[in-house]
Amino acid sequence: MSQKNRLASGGRIDRSKVLTFSYNGRQYKGHLGDTIASALLANGVDIVGRSFKYSRPRGIVAAGAEEPNAVLQMGATEATQVPNVRATQQSLFDGLVCGATNGWPSAESDMMGIFGKIGGNMMPPGFYYKTFMYPKSMWETYEKFIRKAAGLGRAAKELDPDLYDSVNHHCDLMIVGSGPAGLAAALVAARSGARVILADEQSEFGGSLLDTRETLNGRPAAEWVATVVEELKSNPEVLLLPRSTVNGYHDHNFLTIHENRTDHIADKAPAGQTRHRMHRVRAEQVVLATGAHERPLVFGNNDVPGCMVASAVSTYINRYGVVPGNELVLMTTNDHAYQTALDWHDAGRKVVAIVDTRQNPKGDRIEAAKSRGLNIIAGSAVIEVQGSKRVRGVSIAPLNASGDGLSGSVERLSCDTVASSGGWSPVIHLSCHTGSRPEWRDDIIGFVPGKTVQKQHCAGGINGTYSLKAVLEEGARAGAKACEAAGFGDAAKGISLPLAEEVREGKAMALFHIPHTKPTSRAPKQFVDYQNDVTAAGIEVATREGFEAIEHVKRYTAMGFGTDQGKLGNINGMAITAKVVGKTIPEVGTTVFRPNYTPIAFGAIAGRNCKELFEPERYSAMHKWHVSNGALFEDVGQWKRPWYFPQAGESMQQALDRECKATRDSVGILDASTLGKIDIQGKDAREFLGRVYTNAWAKLAVGKCRYGLMCGEDGMVFDDGVTSCLAENHFLMTTTSGGAAAVLEWLEIYHQTEWPELEVYFSSVTDHWATMTISGPNSRKLLAELTDIDLDRDTFKFMDWRQGNVAGVPARVFRISFTGELSYEINVQANYGMHVWEKLFEHGAKYNLTPYGTETMHVLRAEKGFIIAGQDTDGSVTPIDLGMSWCVSNAKPFSYIGKRGMARADCIRTDRKQLVGLKTRDPKVVIPEGAQAVDNPKQPIPMTLLGHVTSSYYSANLGHSVALGMIRNGHNRMGETVYYPQADGSVIEAEICNPVFLDPKGERQNV
Amino acid sequence: MLLIYCPHCGEHRDEEEFHSKGQAHIARPLDPDNCTDKEWGEYLFFRKNPRGLHHELWIHATGCRKFFNVTRDTVSYEIKEVYKIGERPSVVATAS
Repeated sequence: MSQKNRLASGGRIDRSKVLTFSYNGRQYKGHLGDTIASALLANGVDIVGRSFKYSRPRGIVAAGAEEPNAVLQMGATEATQVPNVRATQQSLFDGLVCGATNGWPSAESDMMGIFGKIGGNMMPPGFYYKTFMYPKSMWETYEKFIRKAAGLGRAAKELDPDLYDSVNHHCDLMIVGSGPAGLAAALVAARSGARVILADEQSEFGGSLLDTRETLNGRPAAEWVATVVEELKSNPEVLLLPRSTVNGYHDHNFLTIHENRTDHIADKAPAGQTRHRMHRVRAEQVVLATGAHERPLVFGNNDVPGCMVASAVSTYINRYGVVPGNELVLMTTNDHAYQTALDWHDAGRKVVAIVDTRQNPKGDRIEAAKSRGLNIIAGSAVIEVQGSKRVRGVSIAPLNASGDGLSGSVERLSCDTVASSGGWSPVIHLSCHTGSRPEWRDDIIGFVPGKTVQKQHCAGGINGTYSLKAVLEEGARAGAKACEAAGFGDAAKGISLPLAEEVREGKAMALFHIPHTKPTSRAPKQFVDYQNDVTAAGIEVATREGFEAIEHVKRYTAMGFGTDQGKLGNINGMAITAKVVGKTIPEVGTTVFRPNYTPIAFGAIAGRNCKELFEPERYSAMHKWHVSNGALFEDVGQWKRPWYFPQAGESMQQALDRECKATRDSVGILDASTLGKIDIQGKDAREFLGRVYTNAWAKLAVGKCRYGLMCGEDGMVFDDGVTSCLAENHFLMTTTSGGAAAVLEWLEIYHQTEWPELEVYFSSVTDHWATMTISGPNSRKLLAELTDIDLDRDTFKFMDWRQGNVAGVPARVFRISFTGELSYEINVQANYGMHVWEKLFEHGAKYNLTPYGTETMHVLRAEKGFIIAGQDTDGSVTPIDLGMSWCVSNAKPFSYIGKRGMARADCIRTDRKQLVGLKTRDPKVVIPEGAQAVDNPKQPIPMTLLGHVTSSYYSANLGHSVALGMIRNGHNRMGETVYYPQADGSVIEAEICNPVFLDPKGERQNV
Repeated sequence: MLLIYCPHCGEHRDEEEFHSKGQAHIARPLDPDNCTDKEWGEYLFFRKNPRGLHHELWIHATGCRKFFNVTRDTVSYEIKEVYKIGERPSVVATAS
């Protein structure tokens, strides 16, 4: 089959460039300038898919973004598979591979069609809710079936090989759409000196002028388009974006544009090029010139391949040189669609009849049809189509004057194509994205943009303005108004618009749904939404069952739920709903339009923010050492922290046991650089600390450190850390690694909004310091070899800090401990970190200095019952619940943050969940973290839960497992037994104990 | 994405530079210890959710790190006014 529907001349395709492509495994030929859709029609391919519910054959209906049926799967390789490709928008290239997304064994001869017709009747409107709800456990099975049948396409199973990126723009005017209105606006704006962006979803600028046979200045309209584009191109302040769909209009004039950069060239972008680009535009003024979509009419079997929207037929003839059939019947409610019959006739094929729903149509185009001798049947309608895989004929019948009933006998006509036009629907989607509701206009039989708070101007089809002359004028006017609003003066001066033909048109008829001889429920299916198989009868069922609001009709019938978002069918659906419930269309209203206007690739949303650029990774100054010494890493916020350092052949538990024992027996070292560090200065710094920590800070002397708990106003712990007094008005606060940013903001908000009278300054210094903690009985001996600081146990005591040199560089050394061992935290300027770390290892070899990571840190601190904020606390735990009343000072004069919260009636209950230690009956068993405690594991489900395990490890030093957990009234239940039932039916028995498992008197850290 | 004027930096910047911190003008009671549980609970948990004008606290988080107030229409998302901490709004909802 070789392009039997291709005309010998005409159109904007290059017949000298032959492109070969594959559709459903067969090779076809098309030309440069084709879309997949125009090439398929040229080759006489009728069926492009099977319908969602009924598995009916479906063909190409439209020629643009509104196409509901020709939604294909594209891609020559697994990695370049793309679902949801609208054949009407995808440019053809040589070697393109595509196929229908459903139908088995193929869309042409579909086995499911037989079952579908039965199954379809078992899928009434609301079938999701009626049928697939029960039994609940079957949902996953149903979903698979629905997805397969729905023709939603599939994602690639391999990694996307292409690159995507995004670009930010600021402009004076963003013009959406490059039809006559958009081009006129762009011309005015460009000449005013404004910075302009003009975007259009099509491969060429010109919009409707690319399809039209109307003239400008007596010449083909495309010539004017070329002149304007040439001028715009030469203007450095104008950015032209073809193949770019403005998909979202967001608040404060922010627009997202999806530019398709290489999909018209190849499957995969050429090396070094990005496939798609997201333009993020902040525009001073926006001109919407998005045009209008033609509405098909709703009549019996209006989905049989060969049924098309009238203007689409014209587009295929005029732009692509393709006549998608031989014998046309046109049904119209308006003058404009007569052009399709004229184009068809002029292409040399037979117009069987023009069926006009109006009684007495009058206008220039009607005269033109008459002068060509075309058969006009006025006051009638096509009530039904014959055929299954292609239109074979139609039944027509006379309509009454209001169009809601038939007034005569049915006649049959033979044809293979039915074009229909119910008028035009302005493309108002973008204007509605920020919440503006559209307004109905009876005179144009359509919704137009309503009031908006955006700096937005509309021109042309979007306003229901359709005559070329008026569209051009409106475009120029909108451009001028937008320029003026953006501060570019009277931009309209000196602009002369091209002379358009004046076409006199008669009044259109407001008709959406063609009556049948049978009631709607018994008539052949009259489709409203092709993609989701929603019929006029289905809408009647929905309203009869009480779903009368348009949003309910939509959800009940799934109208507009497809990937086409109901661009073609929704207004018809609203009109039918209005008729059934006896309201006007504006009373029924529209559903809400949301971004994106057309489906876009996830890659375009992600841009470059994937893989290693997905989220920044933070490394300490010693990171490379950790990598080369075999550390496994754990993510803590954005930090990569060493998790543990396994040696050859070691399991994780073996590594942890070794690290834990080495630290308690001799000395271990932890990279603690990630701890949040906030430098606090000012004469009121001390007072400020007293207000944000639960304990007292008034007497902390210079050279001393203190542990503090931070609570919210509700009295719940949210962070902790050690703060040291560096000088009388100078402190260094440490926070948890993950909480640093939140704590800084917490301090700032109180300072700036509540206590601005306090003189205090905060600086984040986390990244300025490298912090290494050496811990264990030999840590003093090791440090002594490298420092000039006096480490005498009586002068440099536990919870002191000293300034000095370590390994030849200035250091702050803090004698604090998170392991319960003798411990020093060495802080040096970050860029000296690696040097000091390596020196420590040089001298530490003889002490078996052992690096450990976060996991061993967790085990060692759990042995001591030290909490980790965010692990042992969850926003519902007070210091008292933690058994840390020693860290709460209610003697402070200022009512610190958390004090009042802790005093609430619920917080002073004695039977709150409290943190306790848990010792398993079997010392080898480690209770899973999160396990829930019960008193009696044999009680019926649901059991009464007492609290959960927050931390749980095996302790090699103690020879048994250790766990911390919340238990209701736990502080008063020491020695009692609780049970942890497991998912596998087993029960772990544990004894409630003091959370300090090791060295309860704290002697080891004080040596 | 909102376009927000930072009164400290004197520039319009994209929303992603800012954090919203909820309702503005919630003063911490001067004497918390003498608040009843009900009063403290209202300070802690009760927030307005108006349809229309709302006074909000924002921070220019990746900019100057200063807090300020924004009067925003929660229906249209229009920003009617920004003003510094300690100042009072000049655009307020009319009592209905």
